[in-house]
Amino acid sequence: MSLGQSLSIALVGLTGHVISVEVDIADGLPGYSLLGLPDAALMESRDRVRSALVNSGEVWPNKKVTVSLSPAWMHKSGSGFDLPIAIALLAASGKIPESRSAHTMYLGELALDGRIRGIRGVLPSLIAAHKNGIRIAVVPDANLAEATLMSEMTVIGMDNIASLLHWLRTGERSHVQELPLEDSSPDDSLDFCDVAGQDAARFAAEVSAVGGHHLLLIGPPGTGKTMIAQRLPGILPPLTREESLEVTALHSIAGSLSSRSPLSTTAPFISPHHTATRVAMVGGGSHQIRPGACSLAHRGVLFIDEAPECGVGVLDSLRQPLESGSITIARSVGSVAYPAQFLLILAANPCPCGMFSGRGRNCTCSSQQVRRYLSKLSGPLMDRIDLRVEVEPLGRVQLMESELNNSSADIRKRVVRARDIARQRFSLDPWKLNSQIPSRALRTQYQPERKAMTFLHSELDQENISARGLHKIMRTAWSIADLASHERPTLEDTERAFTLREGVGA
Amino acid sequence: MADIKIPDSKKLILGQFGEDMVVKFLELRGVRILERNWRIKEGEIDIVALYPNGTLAFVEVKTRSSLAFGEPLEAITPAKAARLQRLSLAWRACHARRWGSFQIDCVGVLMQHDGSYIIEYRANVL
Repeated sequence: MSLGQSLSIALVGLTGHVISVEVDIADGLPGYSLLGLPDAALMESRDRVRSALVNSGEVWPNKKVTVSLSPAWMHKSGSGFDLPIAIALLAASGKIPESRSAHTMYLGELALDGRIRGIRGVLPSLIAAHKNGIRIAVVPDANLAEATLMSEMTVIGMDNIASLLHWLRTGERSHVQELPLEDSSPDDSLDFCDVAGQDAARFAAEVSAVGGHHLLLIGPPGTGKTMIAQRLPGILPPLTREESLEVTALHSIAGSLSSRSPLSTTAPFISPHHTATRVAMVGGGSHQIRPGACSLAHRGVLFIDEAPECGVGVLDSLRQPLESGSITIARSVGSVAYPAQFLLILAANPCPCGMFSGRGRNCTCSSQQVRRYLSKLSGPLMDRIDLRVEVEPLGRVQLMESELNNSSADIRKRVVRARDIARQRFSLDPWKLNSQIPSRALRTQYQPERKAMTFLHSELDQENISARGLHKIMRTAWSIADLASHERPTLEDTERAFTLREGVGA
Repeated sequence: MADIKIPDSKKLILGQFGEDMVVKFLELRGVRILERNWRIKEGEIDIVALYPNGTLAFVEVKTRSSLAFGEPLEAITPAKAARLQRLSLAWRACHARRWGSFQIDCVGVLMQHDGSYIIEYRANVL
């Protein structure tokens, strides 16, 4: 029998499909044909597999080799099929017992000397494999850290094909690398107690963390906008296991796990440069559709510094993910949906020279320039931002009293408590965060106190706020109420929410 | 006439030896040899043979004295195999008769240092 088979996974976005790798070795002229819509990197697998096998002391069959990756209609890409092809080939030539190879999933790129190299997307592949009933997987050693997150499966890390074959033939493993499953603690170097003054902005950050409200910080350079944004992940509640898996899977596909520990439970913090393109922001690519910054910031913070400097349409491309919590990217190779539920933090200078604050005495911009600068943040986008805070330059007194400020750990405790209150309140509802309460529920079940409503309605009558703005303020008021342990938003909570949204005339 | 390669005598002798061994190998198995080194402008057929069951076989022989440049059979590329097929059509055209089925066989002969040799016979490769 000169047929061999092994299993692998092809990823389309975050979704994995089980691929059966079949190898047939037939009499005929020596040759190799690879079927099943491979891309260029996969086409080249032949030479990698051949060299890797020969250099590991195996014999390459001098016959007609046909490799088929099925289902055949699906486009397959990348180098991760090297290992399953090699295993199926050895099974076909009878070099390894079929029983062991057939029900195990293999992922990995082969180096010419037989080492197994790490690949992208190992975690989402394992999740898909588990869903499809595969229980054993062999992955590159380099990806073992993220692979062990999938604790429901037996995951075996291998760093070269010789030791893998030894294991397949005898059941013995030459070395076993055990990874401690530790939850990395949040980065201590970024603590909120470093932020001097800026009580309003710090309060806004706390409210933002409680209810998932997007935040705009406006202020001159050097006042702490970036400092505050960088410290936001540290006060967000730690990710649950499912959330952490999801985030790690996304980063695994993007190949950016080096920047983030795969076992981390800290919310991700992504800050694309303001020259980023739309594709960099939302994701894309011609062969393989990769997640963009907004998906990498899923369950975390997307911070865009110098937001008005962003290219035309880049910020507005975030409108759809802001609304739906996911982004669908359509290209000729297919369409892919990536999750993108992030907390958007925008930072902006008040004007091109950055000095227009307070009385704006040092500002050198014309009044028209000042007006035009912030109007680059489009109306529809600004409408989705619940909190707009001005960050004022610091005075001498505020710099002195810095050590009185709360640490990130304290704020996080408050945030977690407030979120618990919200979760209990929404236990029967499909949403979880205050920023997600639908407007209908705000008008009925989740209305603030009567006095607060009177205040809001009078603002509405004076056309100071729109109907949508009214609902946004009510949502923010709920977060403030949760922080203050009020059962329902009071007049004071609502007024603070009003100031947080309408305080800046942007 | 720069594109005509003139093989040195060593290679010619090696190739000739390999083909002789294959002819012997076939005759031992009752295969009739119809023609050897049939050459036209497009190229050459090493051996034309007739199997006992009436199948016509066009045989390409590749002989090598070491594995330094790969297996002998690897040297028969798909393009060469396709040319062999064209040549077989030409041969049948020149020998008008009702032939039965036909096939292309490729043979690798690997010379060992001690003078022995290994014949790898692949029948009907196309």
